[in-house]
Order: sequence, then structure tokens, then C-alpha cells
Amino acid sequence: MPNAFPADSVGIVKPNIARFDQPLRLECGNTLPSYQLVYETYGSLNSHRDNAILICHALSSDHHAAGYHHSQEQKPGWWESCIGPGKPIDTNKFFVVCSNNIGGCKGSTGPVSLNPATNQPYGPDFPFVTVKDWVKTQAQLADKLGIDCWQAVIGGSLGGMQAMQWAIDYPERLKHCFIIAAAPRLSAQNIAFNEIARRAIITDPDFYDGHYYSHNTEPARGLMLARMLGHITYLSDDAMLAKFGRELKKDRYQFSYDVEFEVESYLRYQGEKFVGQFDANTYLLMTRALDYFDPAHDYNDDLSAALSMTTARFHIISFTSDWRFSPARSREIVKALLDNNRDVSYAEISANQGHDAFLMNIPHYMDVFRANMAQLEPSDVPYVAA
Amino acid sequence: MLRPDLEIISDWISTGSRVLDLGCGDGTLLAHLIEHQAVSGYGLEIQDENISQCLRKGLNVLQINLDEGLADFNNNSFDYVVMTQTLQAVSYPDQLLDEMLRVGHEVIVTFPNFGHWRSRMHIALQGRMPLSDALPHAWYNTPNIRLCTLNDFEALCSKKSITIVQRTVVNHAHRSTVAMRWLPNFFGEIALYRLRSS
Repeated sequence: MPNAFPADSVGIVKPNIARFDQPLRLECGNTLPSYQLVYETYGSLNSHRDNAILICHALSSDHHAAGYHHSQEQKPGWWESCIGPGKPIDTNKFFVVCSNNIGGCKGSTGPVSLNPATNQPYGPDFPFVTVKDWVKTQAQLADKLGIDCWQAVIGGSLGGMQAMQWAIDYPERLKHCFIIAAAPRLSAQNIAFNEIARRAIITDPDFYDGHYYSHNTEPARGLMLARMLGHITYLSDDAMLAKFGRELKKDRYQFSYDVEFEVESYLRYQGEKFVGQFDANTYLLMTRALDYFDPAHDYNDDLSAALSMTTARFHIISFTSDWRFSPARSREIVKALLDNNRDVSYAEISANQGHDAFLMNIPHYMDVFRANMAQLEPSDVPYVAA
Repeated sequence: MLRPDLEIISDWISTGSRVLDLGCGDGTLLAHLIEHQAVSGYGLEIQDENISQCLRKGLNVLQINLDEGLADFNNNSFDYVVMTQTLQAVSYPDQLLDEMLRVGHEVIVTFPNFGHWRSRMHIALQGRMPLSDALPHAWYNTPNIRLCTLNDFEALCSKKSITIVQRTVVNHAHRSTVAMRWLPNFFGEIALYRLRSS
């Protein structure tokens, strides 16, 4: 029933799987004997194969960036606000690719996948993965799709870090680099939040050192706490005030530790919803990948030096109320690009939604996004049979 | 057709140079310089609508508040640092001038002359703050918080040992007349300066 979806949605989409049988050497020193990536594509590749855009996902999202998997699906892909016909990332013009990162739990090789050496799920034995590793696998996917050079690599938050890594590792393979609501590396405070999330999972009695699959259970309490904590950092104080204030569930205090305030109800709901949808071992890996991301590290902590070989045109966007990756963190990236005389634009969007603002339909953000996208110059639009 | 004051500034900027445009507005000057004089550079702007317009022109525009200074820019990293009709709207024009001279080899700055005869008459005869085409806002909502005359500005330059390489004054239609050349601080409505550190 194609008419059930909004006209500016890509509609029904189907994930694809790409298998890679060559061993993948990871930054941690370990090797995956083989791996697979689950990915989705929207729009069509043009005859010059130069209208492809790679979307990189953040901590807990996946390859399902836009559209619906079936007609009954309640929620579309995670970046439906930006991807679709006529939207800022216009699928009438561009061939959009989004893959699930390795270490993930949505179909790409990760802790829940079978380890060929043992025929058991990898579980905690899945090697540590980094942003650099992800970018390497995405490049192998690009090879498989016949895409020599992305017109743009675009990501928000941890996705923005991947876009940045792309510009560093494969400068000749992208024309435009969009780094949205990101940072050049985590602060001590960012790492501290990740550490609490990990401790919540690891100290859950149902974690079994990561071998919870064989015990037919999962560290539900730990994962829920990790998610609740995460959600606090995604919202701003103002956004929480606007959304919940001190609203009570009932009309008066119950003098109990059950849900009294709406904000508690929201966090519990988000936490509970996450359990069963996301794998705890993956959550551990993803937060560590965030912690380890630091392209300046190999260059004497000099971010300018790390970005010196880049050639892409950079589009940096931050949000005023984002305290997870504040505008000042984006400005560090801008400064390093200015040191190198790179083409860069920077927009600081006034928004009170906090870090999550990058996923939202905010008029000035959308306007800036469209204006940035207008700078992309694919050789032609894809031919689509009427 | 470029605004006449921007035309004058364009004449002052050499082909192929590096330009930083502070308060670049909708990017008209920068886009003109890139297209006709093959300059490269960046624009700084604070207004949302202007950011989008600059992006649509393909410019390197950065949404940065000038009151924060120019800490993101290295010493002598531009041939020209340009600021048109913005000096009077920043919190610390003296400090910003220092910053501009630090970052640029040459500074080009334009501002409305508060010493223009009509402004003087306004205060002298009506006892009210001047309103004009160059200064259209009421005292309570004007963004122009640091108004000065040519003499004020030149006194600051002298105090800071800033060299005035060139000065031009025009009216609000951006034309220059004999009277302006004769008594610039009385007849000039808009002042344009080229400055260098001594």
C-alpha cells in the first residue's frame, strides 16, 4: 500500500547484505576472518556513479535511516526528517547508503553473530572496534557498490566522527564532509558518562561476563540504566523542563519510589524499550569506540596536523543547547580546518532540544542543511523510469 | 550591480588575495570578490538568514559572534580583513581592530560618520538622537552601540599607532562629492578606511 506513506518518504525499503570474505585487520590488533554489513540504499546511482552519499549512524542507531520496512511499521528510519524525496538529503537526486557498523546488533557482524571458530556467538570475545575500523569497512562496501568517490559523507554525533575519519583516511574518496553535533574527541565528562553506562551493564548479575546468551538472559537492568543515562545527555535542561517540568503521574505525591514524576516515566519507558532491541555487548563496544576516537592522538594531539591531508569541503553544524557535544567542540574542528586553509562552513543552530536536535525538523537547521546540500555537484541526476 | 561602497572596497583589494570578511551579511561582497577577483577566504556572520544566503552562494561562512574576537584565526593569515558597516555594532571595537590587524596584513573598515552635519543638526536643533538613512534606528533599539565620528576614529588610530593608508568618505548613496573631500567629518556620511599596523 504505497499511498499509506507521506509523499516525501522513501516508502518501503529493504535491507541488503554485503559479505566480505577477506580477513579484516582491526585497529586493536585482532582480525575478523570475515564479516558482513547490512545496509540500505535510497534513490538511484547516476550513470557517472558520482551522486552517492554515505550516511554514518550514531551510537544506538543502525542502517535503517529512512522509510519503512513494512506497511505496518509504526516508526520510520531514524533520519526520516532529513532523507527522502525533496528533503535536505534528496533521494530524487542522490543515491543514499547507510550501513550498520560492525560490532552492531542489527545485522552487521557483531557480538551476537556466530564466531566461525567456535560456532557460538562472539559475545564478549568480539574484538574492539574503532571509528577507523568502521570507515575501513564502509570503504570496502563502497568498492562493492562501485562507488569510487562519495559526493558526501554525512553523520551526526558518533556518525559525524566517522565522516571526519573518512576525510582523514580517504581524502580522495569524498567531496563533501558533514560533521553534525560532533566533537574531535570525547571530553573526560563524556567518557565518565560512558563509564557509568558500562558499569551498569557489566555489574548486572545477568551479564555473566558477556556470556549471557548461553544463559538465555540479558543484563536488562544494566542496559536500561545505561539507556536512561544516555537519554539525559541527549536532552537539554530546557528541553526536559518543557517536556516534563515537575509534572506528576498522579495528582499528588504517593511517597514511594515508584514513578512519581513524568520525567521518571519517560526515562523508564525509554530504558525498557531499549532492552530487547539492543544488545548489551554492542552497547559496550560502541561506547568504547566513542572513547577511543581521537584522530589528533597520532599527531602529537595536534588536530590541525591530523586534518592536514584532507581535501573535502567541510560542513560543520552544532546546536546551542547541546551540552554532550557543545558548539565549542565543533569550533575546535572548525579552527583546525582554518589552520589548514580548508573550505569549511559552520552553522550554530539555535535550538533548545539538546544533542537530539540533530535528528529534528528545525526550520533553520533544515534551511542550512538544504543550502549546504545545494553546494554538492553530481554530474547528473539519476534516470528514473516514469 | 555592486553597492558603490563595496565597489570602492573591491578596488582596494588585489586579485588572488586572501580575504576575511567580518559581518559579511548575505555574502554579496565576498561572492563578488571571488567571482571577479579570484580571492579566497571566509565570511563571519551571526544572523541565521544571512548564513543560509551565504551558503547558497557557495561561500565559506562561519556563524561566529565577532564579540568573541578572532581567536580561531592565526596571525597574518589574511591579506585583507574587511568589516563593512559593522564596527559600530560590536561591543569592543578597539579590541576588534587590534584583532583585525593581528590577523590581516591590511584592514579595511567602513562605518557611518556620526559627525555628519545632519547628525549634528539633529542634536543641536531638535535635541534628539539623529535618525538618517545611514542610522535609521531609535536610540533604544539600535544595533549601533558604538557610534563615532571620523575624528574620533582617527584619534583611536593615532593612539594605537595604526597607519591610515587611505580614507574615502561617501554619502548614503555611496557617492563622493567635492564638499566631502573638503570637510569629510562634516559632509561624509560613510567612512571607508584602509589601515595597517605601524
